[in-house]
Amino acid sequence: MEKRELICIGCPMGCPLTVEMNGTEVASVTGNTCPRGDAYAKKEVTNPTRIVTSTVMVEGGSVDMVSVKTKEDIPKGKIFECVKALKGIKVKAPIHIGDVIVSNVAETGVDIIATKNA
Amino acid sequence: MKTYDIVIIGGGPAGLAAAVSARKSGIESILIVERDKELGGILNQCIHNGFGLHTFKEELTGPEYAARFIEQVKELDIEYKLNTMVMDISHEKVVTIMNRTDGMVEIQAKAVILAMGCRERSRGALNIPGYRPAGIFSAGTAQRLVNMEGYLPGRKVVILGSGDIGLIMARRMTFEGAKVQVVAELMPFSGGLKRNIVQCLDDYDIPLKLSHTVVDIRGKQRVEGVTIAEVDNHGKPIPGTEEDYDCDTLLLSCGLIPENELSNGMGVDMNRVTSGPNVNESLETSIDGVFACGNVLHVHDLVDFVSEEATTAGKNAAKYVKDGEGRAEGGRDIVLNPIEGVRYTVPGTINVDRMDDNLTVRFRVGGVYKNVYVSAYFDDERVIHKKRPVVAPGEMEDIKLTKAKLQEYPDLKTITIKIEEA
Ligand SMILES: Cc1cc2nc3c(=O)[nH]c(=O)nc-3n(C[C@H](O)[C@H](O)[C@H](O)COP(=O)(O)OP(=O)(O)OC[C@H]3O[C@@H](n4cnc5c(N)ncnc54)[C@H](O)[C@@H]3O)c2cc1C
Ligand code: SF4
Repeated sequence: MEKRELICIGCPMGCPLTVEMNGTEVASVTGNTCPRGDAYAKKEVTNPTRIVTSTVMVEGGSVDMVSVKTKEDIPKGKIFECVKALKGIKVKAPIHIGDVIVSNVAETGVDIIATKNA
Repeated sequence: MKTYDIVIIGGGPAGLAAAVSARKSGIESILIVERDKELGGILNQCIHNGFGLHTFKEELTGPEYAARFIEQVKELDIEYKLNTMVMDISHEKVVTIMNRTDGMVEIQAKAVILAMGCRERSRGALNIPGYRPAGIFSAGTAQRLVNMEGYLPGRKVVILGSGDIGLIMARRMTFEGAKVQVVAELMPFSGGLKRNIVQCLDDYDIPLKLSHTVVDIRGKQRVEGVTIAEVDNHGKPIPGTEEDYDCDTLLLSCGLIPENELSNGMGVDMNRVTSGPNVNESLETSIDGVFACGNVLHVHDLVDFVSEEATTAGKNAAKYVKDGEGRAEGGRDIVLNPIEGVRYTVPGTINVDRMDDNLTVRFRVGGVYKNVYVSAYFDDERVIHKKRPVVAPGEMEDIKLTKAKLQEYPDLKTITIKIEEA
């Protein structure tokens, strides 16, 4: 059986977790102090996701760069495709928090939205 | 001379929350002075998510969190001046400000709230002789360059220090196409939040070397490489452990220090451990009517606690203005005494007559301790005994006190706070 070692980020305790995998199925999680660690480990080994944040250039605004994020978390494996899709993008002011900057980024079904007014 | 009831120095999250709270407590005449071209402080360059988990129950980015408070400041019609630097504050609360349109102006404040934030520790971080070639940046400077100016400071990076800004920048520069080779940390533990180590380093296979430091920098014009080595218990490099890395950039992430030139200038009593002012239960400094909150008081890692603290400071400043000469003087001061693993407490003294019904005492510990108790002794009696699976220097701790409880101890002089073995 394959074993994976993780650190739970659910709270400052940072429990060291060991996940035993049966192929793509989670056989067991040990090392967690509370149920949140169990849930975290299962998600992390089967479908790890992250919110991605970056910046794009803005023209004619009060600032040169506007910060953006994925509206929801995207699969970890798509992070670099997502970052690449943002390269060279230039938007025109005015931009408001929540405006869609790129829709369906890297075919994830998730939009990139602005996190700053500019 | 123009006068205001409350002048707030700094328009970061602390200044904004203090202003909102003072206005909600009934003060009309408030001025926020901010040297930058926008409100929001350091949050403007913190584009990553992870802000506001406590306050808004969602994970916001820095600019989004700031925007929520900026909106409130605008809705409440609170006056603010941008691009304006506070040059001096006198003991009598005359605030000298300067900007391009008005030049140098003096303002009389009834109460002052210090909310200047902090700056990065730089001096002493690099304890090695030799050249200082181009390519050495503080992590915060690099963050500003990348996130606000869209400029990547380098392509091959080594980071010294595992403070949160360094960790965040390891991921950020990786996104921008740089290769971050290693993060070296002098201490045997990281000063950063665990989630940042996992999501900024582990996710991208960036190694974190604890008990390591930079012992040599190569290159005259521009950094060409660095040598890192393991250190012993006393922080001394161990011969034979050196490793060379080729790089064009060295980022220093060695912690933050409160920005207190103004506080020093006006003669506020300072705390040697926090490098911030000593404050009482009202977050009032040794000068009557001068309050402090946020990173200028002690360095925070969670903005939620900054907002909470600033809300208290704003409310107390409002009370000070309203009570004027009539405020309750005297009463007894209980001294908080941090020992055995507890490095400091904010506040440092408590006046029971003046305190709110509830008071949060915040502190940091000096090392990593597992399965311990955080205890508070009222003189010799142990009153609070809180089990903590783990406490670490990177995460701020607190205990809660109530007025009702303290009133049960009319002769109480000292509250000792310490870490005890289970
Ligand atoms: C890199 C980094 C990452 C962080 N990540 C997180 C996170 O993920 N989650 C989280 O909850 N918290 C995070 N924090 C913590 C949080 O952002 C800070 O603790 C908080 O911003 C501090 O607020 P402040 O108002 O005290 O200081 P600041 O935001 O620094 O604001 C101080 C303001 O005062 C102004 N000022 C200073 N001196 C003067 C003067 N003389 N005249 C006029 N204006 C002046 C400055 O220009 C500035 O705008 C992070 C902090 C940093 C630095
Ligand atoms: S398993 Fe539970 S106790 Fe351990 S780090 Fe995760 S959330 Fe915290």
